[in-house]
Amino acid sequence: MIDADRPLSPHVQVWRWHLTMFTSIAHRASGAGLYAGALILAGWAVALASGSAVYDSYRHLMGSPLGKVVLFLLTLGVFYHLANGIRHLVWDSGRGLDIKSANFSAVVAIAFAIVATLVIWGIAITTGAV
Amino acid sequence: MASYRTPLGRARGLGAAHHGASHWLAERVSAIALVPLVLWMVFGILRLASLDYQGAVLWVSEPLNAVLMVLLTATAYWHMHAGMRVIVEDYIHKTLTKAVLLVLNMFVSVLVGSLAIFSILKVALGGAL
Repeated sequence: MIDADRPLSPHVQVWRWHLTMFTSIAHRASGAGLYAGALILAGWAVALASGSAVYDSYRHLMGSPLGKVVLFLLTLGVFYHLANGIRHLVWDSGRGLDIKSANFSAVVAIAFAIVATLVIWGIAITTGAV
Repeated sequence: MASYRTPLGRARGLGAAHHGASHWLAERVSAIALVPLVLWMVFGILRLASLDYQGAVLWVSEPLNAVLMVLLTATAYWHMHAGMRVIVEDYIHKTLTKAVLLVLNMFVSVLVGSLAIFSILKVALGGAL
């Protein structure tokens, strides 16, 4: 049984916040968010297969302010999970596990997620997709 | 002294027969497959966002788009099921709650993934026009 009085892993309460800890938590959080994103994508496919009336209301929902916020966060989640997932694959090969490399790749993953999201939304706005 | 036990009888109870890593490995292989599929889908969504119903149906009807969408859906649903399973196993310690959530995760993944794949195929095979 778990004794609730002793500090439990991962010691979130007693550890100083650091970058690699953030990237680890964000990987899980973005993964869970993308779970919802996959359900939204399935909703798109079902709406398309259900005819033009259903599809139009689906597009209307996605085009609403709330829909756009969700899609923006999903874009950020996709690119972060993608970049950090590649980081994990590199780690699985036994490389880049020292603190300096891990901190550097953390910055790269976060920067890629932000830049790629802004680029995609920039394209979306300039091509009139949004 | 000769042993009269079968090879299977001797092996039983001695631990995993090299299949313990399969879940771990499947998550990585699906991750590798998802890298190009997701990048393709991001640009696909950009394209789809500016298309109306008719245009979206025609887009999905193109063989390459239909096949990549089905592969993306199957791989993504496999991967997200595996990821959510690990999250549940890590944080939920009550046996019953854990079992319920693990089964729910599998049922949701299989049901919604199947709905998505069927819908894509229906549209691609001309069932939506």
